[in-house]
Amino acid sequence: MRAATIAVLVENEAGVLARVIGLFSGRGYNIDSLTVAPVDAEGRLSRITVVTSGTEMVIEQIKAQLDRLVPVHKVSDLTLEGPHLVRELALIKVVGTGDHRVEALRLADAFRARVVDATTESFVFEMTGNAEKIDAFCALMRPIGLKEISRTGAVAIARGTHALMG
Amino acid sequence: MSATTQHADQTPLTMSGAEVVLRALKDQGVEVIFGYPGGAVLPIYDAIFQQNAIRHILVRHEQAAVHAAEGYARSTGKVGCVLVTSGPGATNAVTGLLDALMDSVPLVCLTGQVPTHLIGNDAFQEADTTGITRPATKHNYLVKRSDDLARVVHEAFHVARSGRPGPVVIDLPKDILINKAPYAEAPPATQPHRSYRPQAEPDMGQIRKAVALLKASKKPVVYAGGGVINAGPEASRLLTEFVHLTGFPCTNTLMGLGAFPSQDKQFIGMLGMHGTYEANLVMHGCDVMLNMGARFDDRVTGKLSHFSPGSKKIHADIDPSSINKNVKVDVPIVGDAGRILAAMIQAWKEDTTTQDREALAAWWKQIDAWRAKDCLRYVQQGKIIKPQHAVKRLYEITRESGRDTYITTEVGQHQMWAAQYFGFEKPNRWMTSGGLGTMGYGLPAAMGVQIAHPDALVIDIAGEASILMNIQEMATLAQYRLPVKVFILNNEYMGMVRQWQELLHGGRYSESYSAALPDFVKLAESFHGVGLRATSADQLDDVIREMLATDRPVIADIAVAKDENCFPMIPSGAAHNEMILGPGQEGGVAGVTDEGKVLV
Repeated sequence: MRAATIAVLVENEAGVLARVIGLFSGRGYNIDSLTVAPVDAEGRLSRITVVTSGTEMVIEQIKAQLDRLVPVHKVSDLTLEGPHLVRELALIKVVGTGDHRVEALRLADAFRARVVDATTESFVFEMTGNAEKIDAFCALMRPIGLKEISRTGAVAIARGTHALMG
Repeated sequence: MSATTQHADQTPLTMSGAEVVLRALKDQGVEVIFGYPGGAVLPIYDAIFQQNAIRHILVRHEQAAVHAAEGYARSTGKVGCVLVTSGPGATNAVTGLLDALMDSVPLVCLTGQVPTHLIGNDAFQEADTTGITRPATKHNYLVKRSDDLARVVHEAFHVARSGRPGPVVIDLPKDILINKAPYAEAPPATQPHRSYRPQAEPDMGQIRKAVALLKASKKPVVYAGGGVINAGPEASRLLTEFVHLTGFPCTNTLMGLGAFPSQDKQFIGMLGMHGTYEANLVMHGCDVMLNMGARFDDRVTGKLSHFSPGSKKIHADIDPSSINKNVKVDVPIVGDAGRILAAMIQAWKEDTTTQDREALAAWWKQIDAWRAKDCLRYVQQGKIIKPQHAVKRLYEITRESGRDTYITTEVGQHQMWAAQYFGFEKPNRWMTSGGLGTMGYGLPAAMGVQIAHPDALVIDIAGEASILMNIQEMATLAQYRLPVKVFILNNEYMGMVRQWQELLHGGRYSESYSAALPDFVKLAESFHGVGLRATSADQLDDVIREMLATDRPVIADIAVAKDENCFPMIPSGAAHNEMILGPGQEGGVAGVTDEGKVLV
């Protein structure tokens, strides 16, 4: 078993995300996270980042199955292809007063999380990082008033000059 | 919109969406559409009424329209075309679409849809057709802009026929069909699709690797499937040339029957669950396997962990996702079977190493010993007709007739007996539901074949249970005077279900008895056809001859032995060398494990 971060460049058309998700659910593959957004100037191309896991044979299958979808331009297994960056954005709401509030701010500072909203009884922190960093921050916030989490799931890109298309 | 609507380039649009669709179909070479009208597709039916280039065949159920188009496509190599209405029209077509997807049959299915402004409103006869058919098609489209219409139709045909063929749905809202739309010619073949670019040309390095492995082999086998048939008749000819050039034994999958001539002495029969003893033992014992256009289906491999344990495997397939899906292979080759075979023949001739002919001779000696087991032997004595005998006589008598013969089947025991006892010398003559195993496939498929080949002999080898699943198509046969022959092996059981219940479920025949059957002779007559019946062995030949001599639809009801099982059989969860042979023949009899019982 291994984890794989797969980047998929697709036509930005109706139903394309349903095709990708349907493929995963129909064939029983895991989705740990999935993100999608248009990435070119004309809005014709979207990039999907899927984090999945499975045996080597299953991951090969996932890539081959994705690649044969008609609106798919390119499939790239970033995990296999070399050094790459993975980032995720999280918005984290912490509610509390007194010492807990001070502690929350101190921890946020240590994790380089920014305060993007505040009331006398709450903060919303914004942070980016890999999944482990966000997990760790949330774990620390839990006993001091963690109320709600919203995460984007991973986006990823290869290091260096190499690009998905050309 | 009105007739005065103008396109971007200011030329007035003169054609309705429905007319654009028909024009695009005509430009794509469509001659026949199988369909059933309804509210949402009335504009297309109106356009059909006003032209003569495309013939419409009115079926009696939308599932049958799709199977008929499959029969048409598989017997001609062309794309089959279907037209159904929205909602129930589309949902009735789903079984056929999935059948075509599993068996790689090129189809374009037009479905009606409620007008765009009503989509999502639970309108009358509305269904989320693209949502429902997404996992049942190779690709599907919902046309929401008139400007896209012509392009989408052309693209659908390209997607259906190229790469690994498959069914494509185009969902057409009624307003798109009524409104004026611009026509565009199909893009030239040289202009590649933006994202869809299947690989047909094989990698020569892989071809040479494969040839080197095969040249050095001592116990080789060629295992050829439906991919060879889909690559066109030339691919089957090249397969035969390659097998003769190499001297290798050749086995075919259920879908590949006819890709290699059954009468050829290098043919060792079909392989898999009901394949021959020799084919399965060759697969088990070979040292190099060349899989040409097959997909290591579970009916073929049996227990995966015990599948052909000692062999190096070469897998040629047009679909990269078929490679390393079930079975890890040593040399993958992606491409069209015809081009791969042509390249392999050339590489074989150019390769200077010599073949180990002595080892090959020893291998053939072993194969002949397995062949001597005569695993398809059966004893026909007395009055009760053995189903195997019925198929064998049907085969022999049609051969004697010298007519070009096309066979379709339903699904079950009769299908396997047809595969075992009916020989095919050419591709595109055998139409059966392999992947999905759809009962009710054979009669409508035969209809489609007969439309494509009006003068040929078209026979649906059926069971009495399966045939009832699309029996309404007898009316279509009558309407279009299609002289399809339905040859029912009637054992008054869902035979394959009964066989599994006997072997796996302690003989508890739960719900597998065909009770309250119709009188098939009268049924044929009431549908304006001819009904014949054979109840004892001495009547069989006469009934077959009369059936062949009748130039009208015929149902021949053949009463066969009720408790006959289909052998050889690799029970679920067993390996190739654990086949069960017929009564009176020894073989490795495998018990069925609990692990095997969960398999289908």
